[in-house]
Amino acid sequence: MTCTPSFIFSDAYLTYHFNADHPFNQKRVVLAKELLEAANTLEENDIIEPRLATDEELELFHDKAFIQAVKKAGSGQLAEDEGMEYGLGTEDTPMFANMHEASSYLVGGSLNAVDAVLEGNSTHALNLGGGLHHGFKRKASGFCIYNDAAVAIKYIRQKYNAKVLYVDTDAHHGDGVQWAFYEDPNVCTLSIHETGRYLFPGTGHVNERGIKSGHGYSFNIPIDAFTEDASFLQVYESAFREICAYFKPDVIVTQNGADAHAYDPLTHLCATMSIYEKIPVLAHEMAHQYCGGKWIALGGGGYDIWRVVPRAWAQIWNVMKTGQPKQGNIPDAWLRKWQPKAPVTLPQTWHDDPHVVPTIPRKAEITEKNAKFLLTALKYAQTKQS
Amino acid sequence: MLVEKIMKTDVQTLPPTATIAEALKLLQKHRIRHIPITDAKKQVIGIVSDRDVRDASPSIFSEGSEQEALQNEIQTIMSQPVVSTHPLDFVEEIASIFYDEEFACLPVVSNNRLIGIITEKDMLQTLIQLTGTNLQSSHIEIKAPHKPGILPEVASIFGKRKTNITSVLVYPYDDDPHYKILVFRIQTMNPLPVIEDLREAGYELLWPNDQMGSTS
Repeated sequence: MTCTPSFIFSDAYLTYHFNADHPFNQKRVVLAKELLEAANTLEENDIIEPRLATDEELELFHDKAFIQAVKKAGSGQLAEDEGMEYGLGTEDTPMFANMHEASSYLVGGSLNAVDAVLEGNSTHALNLGGGLHHGFKRKASGFCIYNDAAVAIKYIRQKYNAKVLYVDTDAHHGDGVQWAFYEDPNVCTLSIHETGRYLFPGTGHVNERGIKSGHGYSFNIPIDAFTEDASFLQVYESAFREICAYFKPDVIVTQNGADAHAYDPLTHLCATMSIYEKIPVLAHEMAHQYCGGKWIALGGGGYDIWRVVPRAWAQIWNVMKTGQPKQGNIPDAWLRKWQPKAPVTLPQTWHDDPHVVPTIPRKAEITEKNAKFLLTALKYAQTKQS
Repeated sequence: MLVEKIMKTDVQTLPPTATIAEALKLLQKHRIRHIPITDAKKQVIGIVSDRDVRDASPSIFSEGSEQEALQNEIQTIMSQPVVSTHPLDFVEEIASIFYDEEFACLPVVSNNRLIGIITEKDMLQTLIQLTGTNLQSSHIEIKAPHKPGILPEVASIFGKRKTNITSVLVYPYDDDPHYKILVFRIQTMNPLPVIEDLREAGYELLWPNDQMGSTS
């Protein structure tokens, strides 16, 4: 299978920067890109620059008033209590200089990814700067200002009239995207995330299935804290395959947050690199089986920016480019450059030693619970198919 | 929270002389399960539930003469006297009435006149709001000694980090009266700094934050 994927990137992505103490750090994208260059899978001519999304494009999903507020915040003209209404100036989404432009680049990157794939120039496209799935119509939240995924899907609907399957494997519920298409039967959303019982944002219950004509096109599988590889993959594989068979998408958009790893400081899931090899492999297979290859992958969460995110995200590209995740050793050149700057010991191999996962009490119970939620979530997909 | 804050004021009622057929129609049309029966002065003199009406309706298999049952007056099947509540009662009290009496609806009466209605569903909705689970948040549970001054001590740790608290619940710790579980829902995706501060201050965090994982 020879695919011609595109990698969306520009240094402008680094301008999406809240402050030095903030866990959301776009240096991850640079680390992943340089890892791929060192591994010789990413070349200069694979790269497409993001563009600045226009106001009109942002308004496909966001309110005018919200966009104006973000612009004002970016030039220091938004009062503190004015910002609160829009979720701007909180601990999670503080204001920063030129935040409108920085956020618009991430959205424009996802739009360029969409155009590359749907105009037929690229089989797949990867925008690691995007995947900001907590952004709401008129509110920033959960480290996200503009919701590039929601804008990109609205754009696909409007410009290409294609049926979109959105698959979100970030450890947090993909709430912003779900609510954006909650009434839309042409956009099917699947989110697999740590249960909202403890974790932000708290939503993503199995019974959130969409409303009106969108009923039956939102799928949520909340998995228990401390879920490990095998159970995660069982849920992911069954859900993705069955929902594809049921919905028959024209294009697949994946949100590839990399925060379900045992090392991730913000979540309680216990996966290893093993899931980040298999997540893109299945997305790739499904895209070819149902969509003639049309697959747009976005970044998302991921807060162990040294040991987890670069490898996890690089594997998406490896799969897009070669059909297979990389194995063996991490290139020396990358380790030599980044180890002196990293506060932790960088991993030496693409794969993880299984011992990175601590011994988890209640493992059998967790697996059983996840399997049960999987069945409940897929109940409708199965009846509609038969 | 007061009953008047959560009651519905648009109440469907019937006079005692209305027929069972009318009641059936009203229940279906408004998708409700209870109808207060009021007199000309809006005093509640009885109440019927969808089950009362169904019990009094003929079987779907019967034909002819039995259909006349639907023409009986509603006062022949209504329950009385009616347990009611006052707009200034507390939601917590409603919850215990529902629990003790095993029914799911209360007319709200003030100066002997019906002014609203409150159902189990309204009460559950309020409980969801009280727990704060309907808002974007992270959830932290702490086991704390049951003694004066603990709550402000713990809450100040959130305050120092400028973390907004969405809701606080305090409930008993198993059967040990010396401890309480404090549940905080906080408005952030990054509870890490707060969790570290709580650990440092010596508080015992409960699942899942008691597992240190392999992050360090």
